[in-house]
Amino acid sequence: MPESGSTPSDTPGGALGESPGTDAARTVLGEADIARALTRIAHEIVERNKGAADLLLLGIPTRGVQLARRLAERLAQIEPAFSGDHGTLDVTMYRDDLRRQPTRAVGQTVLPGSLDGTIDDKVVVLVDDVLFSGRTIRAALDALNDLGRPRVVQLAALVDRGHRELPIRADYVGKNLPTSRSERVKVRLADVDGGVDAVVISGAPINHERGDR
Amino acid sequence: MKHLLTTQGLSKDDAILLLDTSAQMAATQSRENKKLPTLRGRTVVNLFYEDSTRTRISFETAAKRLSADVINFSAKGSSVSKGESLKDTALTLHAMGADAVVVRHSASGAAHQLAHAGWLDAGVLNAGDGMHQHPTQALLDAFTIRRHLVGRVGDDGRGVDTSVGADLAGLRIAIVGDVLHSRVARSNVYLLHTLGAEVTLVAPPTLVPVGVETWPCRVSYHLDETLEQWQPDAVMMLRVQRERMSGGSGSFFPSPMEYSRKFGFDARRLAVLPDHAIVMHPGPMNRGLEISAAAADHPRSVIVEQVANGVAVRMAALYLLLSGDDSTNTQQTSTSTDERTAL
Repeated sequence: MPESGSTPSDTPGGALGESPGTDAARTVLGEADIARALTRIAHEIVERNKGAADLLLLGIPTRGVQLARRLAERLAQIEPAFSGDHGTLDVTMYRDDLRRQPTRAVGQTVLPGSLDGTIDDKVVVLVDDVLFSGRTIRAALDALNDLGRPRVVQLAALVDRGHRELPIRADYVGKNLPTSRSERVKVRLADVDGGVDAVVISGAPINHERGDR
Repeated sequence: MKHLLTTQGLSKDDAILLLDTSAQMAATQSRENKKLPTLRGRTVVNLFYEDSTRTRISFETAAKRLSADVINFSAKGSSVSKGESLKDTALTLHAMGADAVVVRHSASGAAHQLAHAGWLDAGVLNAGDGMHQHPTQALLDAFTIRRHLVGRVGDDGRGVDTSVGADLAGLRIAIVGDVLHSRVARSNVYLLHTLGAEVTLVAPPTLVPVGVETWPCRVSYHLDETLEQWQPDAVMMLRVQRERMSGGSGSFFPSPMEYSRKFGFDARRLAVLPDHAIVMHPGPMNRGLEISAAAADHPRSVIVEQVANGVAVRMAALYLLLSGDDSTNTQQTSTSTDERTAL
């Protein structure tokens, strides 16, 4: 596993040094962009649900947890009635690729104490950093199913990079990011990775002459 | 991890990973729906050459909670009683496509033989081989000790387990009784030592094995002295294995009454311990022999909890053995979604 904190990033703040033909990592969202995107998503959540009653934010480890916490803080500012409920939903044991990958350490599922262990009739918003194939979200839906029966499940992702393998769509997206399959999108959050918040693309660049592989 | 055969040589990282995974498995067991789809389509064979209802049920429950198919095979009433060898049984299991074999055998080393003889390519989990090892028992003991003495769990059992990631450094554990015949004691001494705890074995000289001086622990012949002077944080009582005491219970100690007086754990000895200390027993108990009813049913006794933790620990062991492609090390979960879904 590459150490995400060691990725060089000399273009913070969303200033894009786009230079086709190089393998260098480039920052597509800076700290301010991420903060703005989260604030917008928080407003969209309130708007779509006509308030924040019965709202529960569940972050998918690792970075989804921090994003859920940040969204909960914003929601509490916008909507004083918001209970502040947010938690963690580990999906490891529900994945469909367990046999094809190295053994994964199982993470924690933590529901806010006020819920008494059930998510029944809640409006659950799943929060993840990057939406890609959709398989993580499928696993998350299965995991939710075992916890209870929410009234509605919605999905918020900071980045949607496309290449879906399942019919899954996000309700709230921070940024739609067209990518090539060979590229890697990394979300770095100060509270997990240190440094400053950033969304970084690395790997083979989009080369329109050769076409995407 | 391909096999789990012994706690000797289990690295500290692997041991902590097993305990942490157990903690997550335990968290799912307080839910209404206890079943996980993790091992759907995999086959686990419980191969029991020795009777053990408790261990077999525990493994069976663990495998079923992970949605694996379980086949129970007991030597009694099978072709083994007609003379079939371990090798032929293994080849049969291989032909049937077993993904993991949980083996209990009266011969020390049977699990190792099954894992390394090339008869099958399934993961092998040692559920007790002779007087050698019983690794999942040691892991569930360590897990129970960690929960009580290192971290605290929410009262409802749903709270966050604060002991996750921790070892047992600095804890003192006394293991008392028939060490000679005990695979539980052997497994525990090595695992607890690996996790940083100090271990003292307490037994009559006749029930201490030859070569114990090479084990990473101390040996004492006096229970009262150890309890008073050493003040252990946990006391683990071992069962007096009547079936292994040739010639009745009289061969290794003069009489059950004397054993009970010198090495039995009772309320009086419990009172000598520090307030946080816990009492453990791998079961089944001989009440009145190695442990008194008052001590067994005391609030500081965690014997029933050990049984519940056994299921979580065995789920963790099966998960770590059966998920993931072979050849590989454990990957931490702190990857981005991008990496997680890359495959």
